[in-house]
Amino acid sequence: MNMKLYRARHRKNIFFHGLLLACILFSIVVLGLLLYQILSTGLAWLDWDFITSMPSRFPEKAGIYSALVGSIWTIGLTAAFSLPLGVGTAVYLEEYTNPKSRINQIVQVNIANLAGVPAIVYGMLGLAVFVRLFQFERSILAGALTLTLLILPVITVASQEAIKSVPKSLREGSYSLGTTKLQTITGVVLPYAMPGILTGAILAISRAMGEAAPLIMVGAAGYIAFLPTGPMDSFTVLPVQIFNWTSRPQIEFQNIASAGIIVLMVLLLSMNAVAILLRNKYQNRME
Amino acid sequence: MRKTSQDMARLRTGELVVEKVLMSFAAVSILTTVAIVLILFGETFAFFREVSLFEFLTGTQWTPTLQPRSFGILPLLIGTMMIAIGSSLVSLPLGLGSAIYLSEYAHKKVRRIVKPVLEILAGIPSIVYGFFALTFITPILQTIIPDTQVFNAASASIAVGIMTLPMVASLSEDAMMAVPDSIRQGAYALGSTRFEVAAKVTIPAAMSSIGAAFVLAISRAIGETMIVAIAAGQSPVLTLNPLKSIQTMTGFMVNISLGDIQQGTLEFKTLFAVGTMLFLLTLLMNLVARAIIKKNREVY
Repeated sequence: MNMKLYRARHRKNIFFHGLLLACILFSIVVLGLLLYQILSTGLAWLDWDFITSMPSRFPEKAGIYSALVGSIWTIGLTAAFSLPLGVGTAVYLEEYTNPKSRINQIVQVNIANLAGVPAIVYGMLGLAVFVRLFQFERSILAGALTLTLLILPVITVASQEAIKSVPKSLREGSYSLGTTKLQTITGVVLPYAMPGILTGAILAISRAMGEAAPLIMVGAAGYIAFLPTGPMDSFTVLPVQIFNWTSRPQIEFQNIASAGIIVLMVLLLSMNAVAILLRNKYQNRME
Repeated sequence: MRKTSQDMARLRTGELVVEKVLMSFAAVSILTTVAIVLILFGETFAFFREVSLFEFLTGTQWTPTLQPRSFGILPLLIGTMMIAIGSSLVSLPLGLGSAIYLSEYAHKKVRRIVKPVLEILAGIPSIVYGFFALTFITPILQTIIPDTQVFNAASASIAVGIMTLPMVASLSEDAMMAVPDSIRQGAYALGSTRFEVAAKVTIPAAMSSIGAAFVLAISRAIGETMIVAIAAGQSPVLTLNPLKSIQTMTGFMVNISLGDIQQGTLEFKTLFAVGTMLFLLTLLMNLVARAIIKKNREVY
């Protein structure tokens, strides 16, 4: 064998290995820088007062209370709407229709297309349908319904995957005991698929929690100095409040924006942690 | 307890009712699509009764809220394309590189660290990337090139690229993992290096899915909103200079919604005309991505 060529090939391999390692390191370094940037600018502004105060013209007095409560309201309603709709659609597609049937194919392609529609377009849909046509005005309800449509494809697809993973033998065992289809679904299929469904749903809902664009379209305001008391109240949410602060020129507002980001990220990461724990538990049971 | 036929009949009715209810849930997704199309096209149609399609597509001035009004969408389109191309320069090579590393080179332990990092990056809201672009990337760009404006396309592009990188990495990795190991082992048996296996066996075999991942990432970049609304600026000017303030289609949509616009006004229709353009562009790219996958589906 030609030793020179052999060495050249191996040098190429080592060079390429280094290059790929650099690609990976890029992501890790960026994540580190991003967390550092947010913590170093925001941590000093984050205290209990910040969490329990209303927004204000004065950055040292401003807080995130109304946005936090608004986010909890909006996301709570979104979860309440999107879970039954998404799981129901998945059950219908997986248990009641033949995967080769026309209706199944149409809904499937449709869901795939909806998943690729930009979030802001859902905002326009919400503006035209929920805010104007249904006259919900700029309310929590309009925002939650908009977010529901946005994450519905994600929840549906995740639930379908979870339902597909239920072994056929379990279904057949259930039928052999004389149960009806519905009894098999509620007694066997759904309990077995539930951790998978919940993992997907939590990830989708945490995505909804970070969305600002569609809620700006349906009119979540940047400045709300009262707490919402019902679904028809006007509202703001954490990402919209953060956007409002970020777009002001003063450095103090930039800093409280990053304090707000810390609050948002803590919420999101704890939701993700729950999803990961659920997934691990689920995987262990499968093995 | 024995079941009477009456009980059975009631049971069957219940089953049928549930099936119909679930069917109506599935119909919600169809209704969503129908509503999106009807609303976007309806308002856009009304828009084109007041503004000529020719002016919209070829005009180079975008001043829909200022007198004299002008509705040339080119500045917004060029702005959007700059973000799409700029972010691809970050997300495609780095995402593909990460995917090759994960599927061909990485030790199991490395994977266990890197995968969660990518998952966390993918889960960070775009508003946070926007903040990062404005307060971290832009100052760095300004130190390197002092002419850089506070709001600029380059900073937003880099942030959008970072945001779409995990998606490129995970879709490409899935594609490469789907290549059967026997093909790889065959190449190794012939004395190939890892680089040769990746470059001459795995990547060519996974090429179509990788291409689809690229198209999907670009489509995501086109629809990305908050990063560009924060960091790219609000100046719809026709420029190709990435260090200048620009405006994208999504940036315009956010900007105009921050004011209270009334239904029926030309502003409202303009919003929907731009939204339709955005919807059609992203839909087209998603259809292309799916067509690529469908056409080249390899069966091993």
